[in-house]
Amino acid sequence: MIPATDPELADDLVAAVRKYVQQEVVPAASALEHADAYPDELVDGLAALGLFGATIPLEYGGLGLDTVTYARIVEEVAAGWMSLTGVFNTHLIGATLLKLHGTEDQRRRWLPQMASGERRGCLSLSEPDAGSDTRALRCRATPDGDEYVIDGTKAWVTNGERAGIVALAAKTPEGITCFMVEKEPGHTSGGITVSRKIDKLGYKGVETVEMTYDAHRVPVTAVLGGVEALGRGLPQILGALELGRVNIAARACGVARAAFEASMRYAQQRQTFGVPIARHQAIQFKLADMATKLEASRLLTRSAAQRIDAGERADVEAGMAKLFASETAFEVATEAMRVHGGYGYTTELPVERYYRDAPLMLIGEGTNEIQRLVIARGLLDRYES
Amino acid sequence: MNVVVCVKQIPDPASPGKLDPSTKTLVREGKLVVDDSDMYGIEMALQLVGTAGGGEVTLVSMAPNNETAGLRTGLAMGAAKAILVSDDSLKGADALTTAKVLAAAIKRVNPDLVIAATESTDGYTGTLPVQMAELLGFPSITFAKSVQVDGTTVKVDRQTEAGYDEVECPLPAVVTVTAGVVEPRYPSFKGIMAAKGKPVEQLTVADLGIDGGVAVTQEVTDVVAAEARKAGEIVTDEGDAHERIVQFLEQLKVI
Ligand SMILES: Cc1cc2nc3c(=O)[nH]c(=O)nc-3n(C[C@H](O)[C@H](O)[C@H](O)COP(=O)(O)OP(=O)(O)OC[C@H]3O[C@@H](n4cnc5c(N)ncnc54)[C@H](O)[C@@H]3O)c2cc1C
Repeated sequence: MIPATDPELADDLVAAVRKYVQQEVVPAASALEHADAYPDELVDGLAALGLFGATIPLEYGGLGLDTVTYARIVEEVAAGWMSLTGVFNTHLIGATLLKLHGTEDQRRRWLPQMASGERRGCLSLSEPDAGSDTRALRCRATPDGDEYVIDGTKAWVTNGERAGIVALAAKTPEGITCFMVEKEPGHTSGGITVSRKIDKLGYKGVETVEMTYDAHRVPVTAVLGGVEALGRGLPQILGALELGRVNIAARACGVARAAFEASMRYAQQRQTFGVPIARHQAIQFKLADMATKLEASRLLTRSAAQRIDAGERADVEAGMAKLFASETAFEVATEAMRVHGGYGYTTELPVERYYRDAPLMLIGEGTNEIQRLVIARGLLDRYES
Repeated sequence: MNVVVCVKQIPDPASPGKLDPSTKTLVREGKLVVDDSDMYGIEMALQLVGTAGGGEVTLVSMAPNNETAGLRTGLAMGAAKAILVSDDSLKGADALTTAKVLAAAIKRVNPDLVIAATESTDGYTGTLPVQMAELLGFPSITFAKSVQVDGTTVKVDRQTEAGYDEVECPLPAVVTVTAGVVEPRYPSFKGIMAAKGKPVEQLTVADLGIDGGVAVTQEVTDVVAAEARKAGEIVTDEGDAHERIVQFLEQLKVI
């Protein structure tokens, strides 16, 4: 159970984020994105607002916001620039892992630093040869006295370079274990090296890297939840990914909203055959479909968030929200480009950015094919006859 | 050092304003927001108190319907408390009436310094701060583009058409600050949460005990649309464009 955020307070927080995004993010996003430049100032601004502690409980220095409010905030940020939501997503997944499964010592040690943004987190599950198929993980953690020695290569680590703590999935004799690995932000730290920065179609600015572990040593106290939790890494991480999937769904709502609102404005300004294109039925149908699917995405996202807040298992609902909202964002971004005609295809308008950013949500945090498996399996469980 | 900031809560400039056809004044029903021009004063006050190393910022506002939404923004930024005067009898109040009310409210906190914006975004009379200073018996300095407090003196760079004057006067004083004087901070989430619990004292005219009372006597007799903006002049360069632009700017006295 996550205590509900006062609705009036939630509105104020969302309004404050919206203002920040409008004044600081929207004017800067396209240039930073085209340069693939890390948005240091904007990230500092988000940290000053307190976003890095959004879902971390009050007793550990966070804001203790409920998931419903968190999702609204993510939508606001993504409507300005989707990449920014990636900066705090895996950070908060790491914090959620600590909140749900960490020992009290682990929580006290890391959560306050994470809440202030002073120590930033990332999640490192995927490998070059193990994405959907998490059983194929090869990264190893070998026990050696009261330490573990980690070897392996991790792929797709968003925030990997700047992070000061990694929620890492590695194989131990008991199975897959989640380690909370402290590191210095930067290219190397102990046996950890950022071996490659991955260039991407969209989702630029924020780094996604490959990381190599070469006999990197961590103390036993790095095992999330202590030694009793050895081998329980996968269920721990997959559970925390429910929050991640709500984040992805909310981002998708943000991107879809930005694309939809740009289309609404443009359709009323652009004239063809003597009338604004918004008067042509072909365009009206697009606008109607965009808005309807956006609204449905938002409601699915809220419903998944409510389930997490209620302390119920939300794999099916978070999967549905992630699946539907990301497909919607992809579709709405494409339709927005059509509405904008040739201008939508230029780098002068942000529509092309929405179009390049949207596909990430189809893949990240579990592909939509995998979401369908999760949804179907979950439903078959619930309807078991 | 204790600083009072006068904060006006106005209809959201982002949504189109409406005039009440009978009173010919701005409709002020519905949610109000803090006037953006006051954000500079709030920030300036917070910085001055920070530099002084002690004291607090109090917001003072007069607004209809016990509206506090705009004050919450200032409290979220870091002000300690607020005083709100809300009274049906003040509907349609002119600048002098408002000045009387605010002065009476400000007296209750005995501030070292009172900060206001040079003018409000919805009214633009720009007369209230000096009227208020007169009623409080404080000296006033207008159009501050920088403010420093040194012991019992306030030192101000006062914006003029030609540049700025360096002016100082003893505290307590009223200072009006121009837009852009400082960069207003964004209220943090923690600030927004804390603002919910900060005290907002709600007063009526009767609570203020103003000598001679206040009566709203102003009547707006007519409203006319502003003259449409004239089209700009296009200077085509025939070798002398720079001279013509310089001449034009000289005419405007901007260079
Ligand atoms: C920009 C970006 C950032 C990322 N950030 C992170 C991060 O911070 N941390 C992290 O751990 N990971 C991260 N990821 C990794 C992401 O979660 C994986 O890419 C994703 O899970 C898919 O894995 P894969 O790329 O190996 O594809 P594969 O698993 O190889 O899938 C290839 C295709 O096969 C399909 N497929 C696979 N198995 C099945 C099946 N059983 N049934 C039907 N279809 C199937 C998939 O849906 C897909 O279409 C990131 C990815 C990207 C692109």
